[in-house]
Amino acid sequence: MTTTKKPMTETAEKRKSGRPPENLKNELRLELPSNSINEGIARSIVSVFVSQLDPTFEELADIKCAVSEAVTNCIVHAYRDTHGTIYITLKILDEKTVRIEIRDRGCGIEDIKTAMQPLYTTDSEGERSGMGFTVMESFMDRLFVVSSLGRGTKITMVKTLGDGRIRGIK
Amino acid sequence: MGSRMRSSKAEAVTAVDGHTMIISLTGDIDHHSAKRLRGEIDSSLFTLRPKRAVMDMSEVEFMDSAGLGLILGRIACAEKIGCKLTLLSPSRQVMKILDLAGAGRLIEIKQK
Ligand SMILES: Nc1ncnc2c1ncn2[C@@H]1O[C@H](COP(=O)(O)OP(=O)(O)OP(=O)(O)O)[C@@H](O)[C@H]1O
Ligand SMILES: [Mg+2]
Repeated sequence: MTTTKKPMTETAEKRKSGRPPENLKNELRLELPSNSINEGIARSIVSVFVSQLDPTFEELADIKCAVSEAVTNCIVHAYRDTHGTIYITLKILDEKTVRIEIRDRGCGIEDIKTAMQPLYTTDSEGERSGMGFTVMESFMDRLFVVSSLGRGTKITMVKTLGDGRIRGIK
Repeated sequence: MGSRMRSSKAEAVTAVDGHTMIISLTGDIDHHSAKRLRGEIDSSLFTLRPKRAVMDMSEVEFMDSAGLGLILGRIACAEKIGCKLTLLSPSRQVMKILDLAGAGRLIEIKQK
């Protein structure tokens, strides 16, 4: 019997070696001007990127919503009366986990703890509900906020897909 | 030829059924679209001054806290003119956001 030796596909090779497939170490960096049209564009791009982890419809909707909150905060608060750049970094940490960083070089947050309280808002004219941080916290597994007055703010969010449901936590 | 890609542009279409004003929202409700939607809804609301108004949420594809602000703001406007506002058929995802703010205590929510 003659067998033609087929070259192993990359994934098969990695699976055999026990390491995660190379294509899972994916990363995307994005810079967007602080125009409100980019809220929807950022959501769409993140949604396409996260789709490689095969999320459920609900997981994807949660992530899109959290991203929308962080990007909108850059536009509405950080660059309130100015224009600036929003920096987004997406990184796949493992087969089920995505990390999303959203950073601005805007005004910064004076008191992060107060800012994160549900219903707290510094914008009284814009019909803000003050629920942005609450949405990010409850729709993602982890939320870190670092901010420096006059220098900007960085939001880091992590979500492990499937995790919340299996362990019954949010 | 000429058919466009389905866009998620948000719209508010108002109609009147007896004493009830029906506001049908579609598409993505975020900070980008909320201001325009607010203007459209309020101009009908303050012109028609209905006794009852229904915000039909069944065709909303996406909503974040800006949509929550839009809804809470319209509850306040409706109250000003003595109009009872009801939310119709929010999706599970929209319901999650409404629940975070305890909006169920402020507005009647019905399913179709
Ligand atoms: N990137 C940022 N730069 C500066 N300040 C911010 C930033 N993000 C949030 N804040 C501050 O934190 C407050 C709370 O933010 P949060 O998103 O929870 O509510 P909001 O934006 O005011 O209202 P909503 O998100 O419901 O429309 C804001 O009012 C603002 O003062
Ligand atoms: Mg916000």
